[in-house]
Amino acid sequence: MPKRSNEPVFWALFGAGGVVAAFVLPALIVVTGLAAPLGLPSPGVLSYERVSAFAASLPGAAFLFVVISLSLWHGFHRIYHSLHELGVHRGLSVVRVLCYGTALAGTALTAYLLVTAI
Amino acid sequence: MATHDEIEIEVLRYHPETDSEPSYRTYRVPFAHETSVLQGLQYIKDRLDGSLTFRWSCRMAICGSCGMMINGVPNLTCSAFLREYHPGKLRIEPLAHLPIERDLAVDQTDFLEKLASIQPYIIPAESKAVDEGPFTQTPAQRERFYQYSECINCLLCYAACPQYGLDSGFLGPAALALLHRYNSDSRDVGKADRMPIVNAQEGVWACTLVGYCSEVCPKGVDPASAVNRNKVISTLDYFFRFMAPRGASE
Ligand code: SF4
Ligand code: FES
Repeated sequence: MPKRSNEPVFWALFGAGGVVAAFVLPALIVVTGLAAPLGLPSPGVLSYERVSAFAASLPGAAFLFVVISLSLWHGFHRIYHSLHELGVHRGLSVVRVLCYGTALAGTALTAYLLVTAI
Repeated sequence: MATHDEIEIEVLRYHPETDSEPSYRTYRVPFAHETSVLQGLQYIKDRLDGSLTFRWSCRMAICGSCGMMINGVPNLTCSAFLREYHPGKLRIEPLAHLPIERDLAVDQTDFLEKLASIQPYIIPAESKAVDEGPFTQTPAQRERFYQYSECINCLLCYAACPQYGLDSGFLGPAALALLHRYNSDSRDVGKADRMPIVNAQEGVWACTLVGYCSEVCPKGVDPASAVNRNKVISTLDYFFRFMAPRGASE
């Protein structure tokens, strides 16, 4: 019997991250990259105090954790498979550890920073 | 045929018993409006060089044996026409990613073995004698698998798939589309047998959703959709396998 692949774990994270990347990130780019610097809707909307209070609240921390970690899993899964398509086969397991390891480390670091901020 | 013009056809030639490697030979072929690429090759074989080898049978996009690369794109040579390429020229090569048997004929063994491995036939819950009547199905049940049953095993999708090109261990588009065709047929109970093939790395998980397979398919089969539906099915199977009632997979 062929061996069952563990890919569903990574694919599920990739898929969830895809939803975040498609729906949440564009809105965040508009808010943090365009609206806030232009002083919309009011100047200081993304001031340090407001943002750090947001990150220290439970819903805010949960939101940031989901957006940051799932985007990392999404991006590194894509990079890993694109490298394979570009012909990086030898040492692919090293690449795999590097890609998913970075996503995992980013997830852990995000969780640590958010938990200590709450 | 009423000929109007001539076109240059460059053909990959390889006779393994005499040639150390493939090379190209160019032929000039007269053509009319309705001359297919396959007829162009037949002209070469009949009039210019009888040693040219290629497969064909139906000449009407049904048998699936005349697939080749035309200017780098997998296509059925019987349903492509020389006029489409004029005044340019054509380069005809055997289907990419498959070993050459001779000239334009490829070795299909790998696919045929994969096809056999998915049990490409209905496995009924219990067999019925002919006089007990047919297994019936609603139009909606038929709709769930119908497009996948249109596959003619032409292998254009294997020539299109970069993942199969990188690693031919991958089960590949058509075999997965046909696997899905039987798994989603209401008369079939073979799903538990076929799922281990789907769940393997060489099953759906070697696919990165390039989608070129569905683009080149001459029969409107959408192998990419079959593969991606099965990624969802395989993921659910992965996470919920321990929750299935005892003995469910027996
Ligand atoms: S899925 Fe389409 S391209 Fe692939 S073998 Fe079947 S008919 Fe040919
Ligand atoms: S000759 Fe049968 S499909 Fe082209």
